[in-house]
Amino acid sequence: MRKFDTKVQHLKYKVLREVARLAWDGTLFEGMIDIPKKIVPGNEPTMRCCVYKERAILGERVKLAIGGDKSNPNIIEVIDIACDECPVGGYEVTNACRGCLAHRCEDVCKRGAITFDKNHVAHIDKSKCVECGACAKVCPYTAIVSRTRPCQNACKVKAISMNEQKAATINNDKCIQCGACVYQCPFGAIMDKSFIVDAIEMLKNKEEKVYAIVAPSISSQFTYAKLGQVITGLKELGFHTVIEAALGADMVALAEARELAEKGFLTSSCCPAFVRYVKTAFPTIAQHISHNPSPMVALAKYIKDNTPGAKVVFIGPCTAKKAEAQLEEVKPYVDTVLTFEELQALFDSRDMDISSLAEGVLDNASYFGRIFARSGGLTDAAVQALKEQGIEFKVEPVVCDGIEECKLALLKKSKNVLKGNFIEGMACVGGCINGAGCLTHGEKNKAEVDKYGREALEKNITDAVSVLK
Amino acid sequence: MIKVTVCIGSSCHIKGSRQVVEKLQELIAQNKVEDKVNLCGTFCMGRCQEGVCVTVNDDFYSVSPDTVADFFQKEVLAKI
Repeated sequence: MRKFDTKVQHLKYKVLREVARLAWDGTLFEGMIDIPKKIVPGNEPTMRCCVYKERAILGERVKLAIGGDKSNPNIIEVIDIACDECPVGGYEVTNACRGCLAHRCEDVCKRGAITFDKNHVAHIDKSKCVECGACAKVCPYTAIVSRTRPCQNACKVKAISMNEQKAATINNDKCIQCGACVYQCPFGAIMDKSFIVDAIEMLKNKEEKVYAIVAPSISSQFTYAKLGQVITGLKELGFHTVIEAALGADMVALAEARELAEKGFLTSSCCPAFVRYVKTAFPTIAQHISHNPSPMVALAKYIKDNTPGAKVVFIGPCTAKKAEAQLEEVKPYVDTVLTFEELQALFDSRDMDISSLAEGVLDNASYFGRIFARSGGLTDAAVQALKEQGIEFKVEPVVCDGIEECKLALLKKSKNVLKGNFIEGMACVGGCINGAGCLTHGEKNKAEVDKYGREALEKNITDAVSVLK
Repeated sequence: MIKVTVCIGSSCHIKGSRQVVEKLQELIAQNKVEDKVNLCGTFCMGRCQEGVCVTVNDDFYSVSPDTVADFFQKEVLAKI
């Protein structure tokens, strides 16, 4: 029963679980200061130079687990004392360089940045090098390596740089809060703020009906239990009921297809990190973002419009959804957002073994709403939605899998050379199934989502949403 | 105005809440009582075993796609 991809995730989970336990007991204020020592009880360090540093970092994790720095609008924060000051040298020649005669590195370098010493060993002139990596690719000994920080590598929108102390800092104007750095930092020095305590306070209030909206990528998570057991687990935590965000996706697909046919060009609006990227990096294209709300918001709005006093918690793979929930236009509908990591901590804070529970049911949406979770699914749904509504319009999709592909398509669009009339933008490679808040980021996840899609009772989008009218 | 609420949560959905909703829409149109009946949906009434759960104003009924026509006659039309 392996729940997490990395030890970093496991450590974060332990902190969240302890915070959640105290929140349920109502002793968070008194107890939180003892959490670091509870997790690192002994005198022998297991992760860092000494137990005191380990505990100091855990103290910072506790802060983030209870909501983090309120003065910082970004959901993603750097724990500076945990940042291990990884090397930042860029491309460097290692001692694997044999001083060969071919000098392919020199030939390929357009900047003339490679020179050789008297032993034919290559050296890179940093004042000329532009970090293109061509030399590393051609070296037969793979003697040239790139020493960049994993966080910087992960951040394709280039929002991470180093401060004077050589710790990572995030440029809030550029950051799209996708969480790629959170998942990639090997030291766990970047973390997303958690609102697990807010969720627990809602669940503790027996007067309130708290609705859980779950993202379709849930089908690839909690692999040690059945999806129906996860649903029962959510109800035992105190949620009034569980609804698929995929039903919101069905609602959005129909409206977005009509909007596309009417306007002739559109980008999707369901990935909040992509939307933010368009708005910050390509403001001239922002007018083409679909005016439809995201599936989460569409469904949350339906619930709140029909059930006065309802509370809505979105549970998904996404850190950017936490930021989306804080937008002024979204705030009235979504009360808080949890990730799958946080849901695992929530289950375990109540010592629930979900694999032993009875199986509940989850069936609100169509196949097409469910496959929104993976790259290409949204486009399939848009095509289907046009067909079901009898709209004659030829979709020429540009499916952008990951923010780098989004960047390329948006760049082309901004120069008016993009072939296509619909950009499906997903910030995470593979789609939501590889979101930063996932428990597992496995190869099988796409197949799991497709399988889950096929299991839907409703095969058509129109059928799935017909109950909402 | 009579408020008819149909549960469209997962459990009732599997038992045919879509067919119940569609049939009710059809019956409301047939009987031309659109201005007298307000049909709406909700997720889960907490009585999943008895689904498809339907309330008329605040009274609870267990309805199925087979019994919906009968239910509409007795519990909705009769009250207008």
